[in-house]
Amino acid sequence: MNPELGQVALILALVLSALQCALPIVGAWRGSKPLMATAPTLAIGQAVFVALAFGILMWSFWINDFSVAYVAQNSNLSLPWFYKLSAVWGAHEGSLLLWMLILNGWTVALVIFGGKLPEAFFSRVIGVLGFVAFGFLLYMISTSNPFLRQFPVPANGADLNPVLQDPGLVFHPPTLYMGYVGFSVAFAFAIASLLGGELKSTWVRWARPWTNVAWGFLTLGIVAGSAWAYYELGWGGWWFWDPVENASFMPWLIGAALIHAQAITDKRDGLRAWTLLLSIFGFAFSLLGTFLVRSGLLTSVHSFAFAPARGVFILVYLAVVVGGSLLLYALRAPKVTGGKSFALASRETLMVIGNLMLTVACAMVLLGTLYPLVGEALNIGRISVGPPYFGPLFLILMTPLVLALPFGPLSRWGKADLTVWRKALIRIVALAVAAGIIGFIVGARGWYQLLGITASVWVMAGVVLFAIKRWREAPRGKRYPFEMLGMMLAHFGIGVFIAGAILTTSMSVEQDVSMKPGTNVDVGAYDFHFNGVTETEGPNYRAQQGTVVITRNGKHVVTLHPQKRTYSGGQVQTEAAIEAGVFRDLYVSLGDPIGGGAWSLRVYDKPFVRWIWGGGVLMMLGGFAVVLDKRFRLRRAVESETVRATPEPEAPRKLAEGEA
Amino acid sequence: MNEVARKPIGRFVPLLVFAALVVFFVIGLLWNQSHDARFVPSPLIDKPAPEFRLPRLENPTQFVTKADLLGKPYLLNVFASWCFACGDEHPVLMAYRDKFGVSLIGYDYKDAPQDARAWLDRHGNPYHEVIADQSGETAINFGVYGAPETYLIDAKGIIRYKHIGPLTPDVIAKELEPKIRALAQEGST
Repeated sequence: MNPELGQVALILALVLSALQCALPIVGAWRGSKPLMATAPTLAIGQAVFVALAFGILMWSFWINDFSVAYVAQNSNLSLPWFYKLSAVWGAHEGSLLLWMLILNGWTVALVIFGGKLPEAFFSRVIGVLGFVAFGFLLYMISTSNPFLRQFPVPANGADLNPVLQDPGLVFHPPTLYMGYVGFSVAFAFAIASLLGGELKSTWVRWARPWTNVAWGFLTLGIVAGSAWAYYELGWGGWWFWDPVENASFMPWLIGAALIHAQAITDKRDGLRAWTLLLSIFGFAFSLLGTFLVRSGLLTSVHSFAFAPARGVFILVYLAVVVGGSLLLYALRAPKVTGGKSFALASRETLMVIGNLMLTVACAMVLLGTLYPLVGEALNIGRISVGPPYFGPLFLILMTPLVLALPFGPLSRWGKADLTVWRKALIRIVALAVAAGIIGFIVGARGWYQLLGITASVWVMAGVVLFAIKRWREAPRGKRYPFEMLGMMLAHFGIGVFIAGAILTTSMSVEQDVSMKPGTNVDVGAYDFHFNGVTETEGPNYRAQQGTVVITRNGKHVVTLHPQKRTYSGGQVQTEAAIEAGVFRDLYVSLGDPIGGGAWSLRVYDKPFVRWIWGGGVLMMLGGFAVVLDKRFRLRRAVESETVRATPEPEAPRKLAEGEA
Repeated sequence: MNEVARKPIGRFVPLLVFAALVVFFVIGLLWNQSHDARFVPSPLIDKPAPEFRLPRLENPTQFVTKADLLGKPYLLNVFASWCFACGDEHPVLMAYRDKFGVSLIGYDYKDAPQDARAWLDRHGNPYHEVIADQSGETAINFGVYGAPETYLIDAKGIIRYKHIGPLTPDVIAKELEPKIRALAQEGST
């Protein structure tokens, strides 16, 4: 298929997105039904053209059309087919197209599942999403056209960056973008409510499932990225506080805060202004991440090749979208905010503490990430801050959150109930201390390990106590609605994550050794025997492959084959070999030949490292589970304005949902 | 937090904070226009080039030292047969080798000598002399950041200019040639 068709499709999508922004919003403003009725058609039309453009780019990769500059730069005749297809989003232009495709996916989902929303509100939401899409399409067409041709046509492509030639590329960017872009829905809901001057905060309930799914995807994307870095970068770390990791982590923190703020606004009608702000910030940080990565402002392993025009465009776009939203908030917020107050020792207080900690942590990460820019602005050169800044500060900020976390679900909405707290406190402390003692007996030494075990059980004990409480107090069938189940999964996931993060950090044995073939090295309880290096070949690389036999107490555990690959383009890439297990990973990565037949090797024993990602996966499942809750099924009734305006009676809700 | 929202001024706080952030980004972008974000200023500029003793690519039994090259300014171009961008730069070097007015020394970086020789045979040899640093150890003293890189070294063996990345006609016209001309004038006065 002709690449120019792809460009035409993008231009048509741009036109449709402009209409999608203008018509429904004007329609909602004027109360014109015919104008509002254009929203679904325009949204789907735009999605069709973006999908067409995406398909054409993918096709160009499939047939090795190196006349397309983007394909020539990121593919190669010998590249395996699955990397050819995922190379579509391997660099700047194509990843923007993926961004667009996913934005359209969310919009179409909204058309399908949001059909029962009040028409004016729905039109505004689709209109806001149209505006978001318009900016990105304009950006692509004006500065980052993936369909640009080049002549003469090269005989072969330059090949995909070897770091990206990994299954991680297939999953990490799409899931991460699902999260990033998903926050645009909560954002659109918030802006629509400001535009329409909604007096009630009913919109928050409609927005909640979308926020939760987006956050779930973002969690998965971050987990996938972390796991990828772990085995691909060759030194066994799982988080580096790299500017781009931070760019994904900031919306995640805001998203976690937003999920809780939305719950408060939905159920207690409190914190309305805060929920609005977080909805705006969640998406703002997604855009900010895009800006930082693609403007060349910060350098990192993720940096895209950049042109100054690109940075300027995104900055203007960021300023318009976020600045406009915040201005709208400043002007319209008094109309829509207000709400109930609550007692000091109530569940709201604990959730507000969590919210504050999450947002402050986000601000801390932002400050650290932008630090090199501060250096420039003050003319003292580029200075970056790394793990020594982020690690301790993050730990300090998360401590109050972790301490408060188990008590949130156990305490009451609105009212102080100190006896509940006291009972829970005694049990949780008892369980956490018991876990610490068991850990000590099993062999955990060092205060950091014991702290990890205690903190992890502290969080998990809260979830277990809550489950028991619900089992006793709620009627059968209403014990664990999906919303609550999601909360329990996510909170339990945090416990698992804490165990993984702290135990891996404190218990890992890492050795950089030089080994001659036939020699041994002991790492922890394991014996690593190096059998030398042989040459081997892959589809588009040659590799030097080491053989390392691992034994424990003389028993064979596994034989690993770490590789050092030289790709056809000349780039060298280390492939670590990992024996993955629930309780530990054994990790070998091949360094350089040192001479005399000896090689440098990194050999690691990393206990509990999988728990880090396991915890993340539980959090993701939590985010997804919430969506299934009956609470979020839209009723036909919401279409009529009068029903929507009626506040929910307090008493029957209590009965139905207990303490939820 | 709701209280903040009720006060008219408080509602503008997020906007103002964001505006400050944008101003900051604008400064960052402007800074980037005049500086390459990946640019690592070489501490060796206007400092003597490190001592070196490296074999000639064509005849590894003969060695070239820093002292051998003193007396006339020269360009030192770091390249390798495995380096993709060096292939882009190569035609530019072929075109300019005789226009620089100074000799062009090739510095074969972390390369197998037979690969480098084959590469030069196939594409043509733009260099007046090629030295080979197979282990890359001398390159560390030069602060080589990646191939290709180009150093302008004056008659006294002092590094006067360094360019990271391929030389392009644009870079040569705007940066390199003025430096070479300035050196020539220094030499004549």
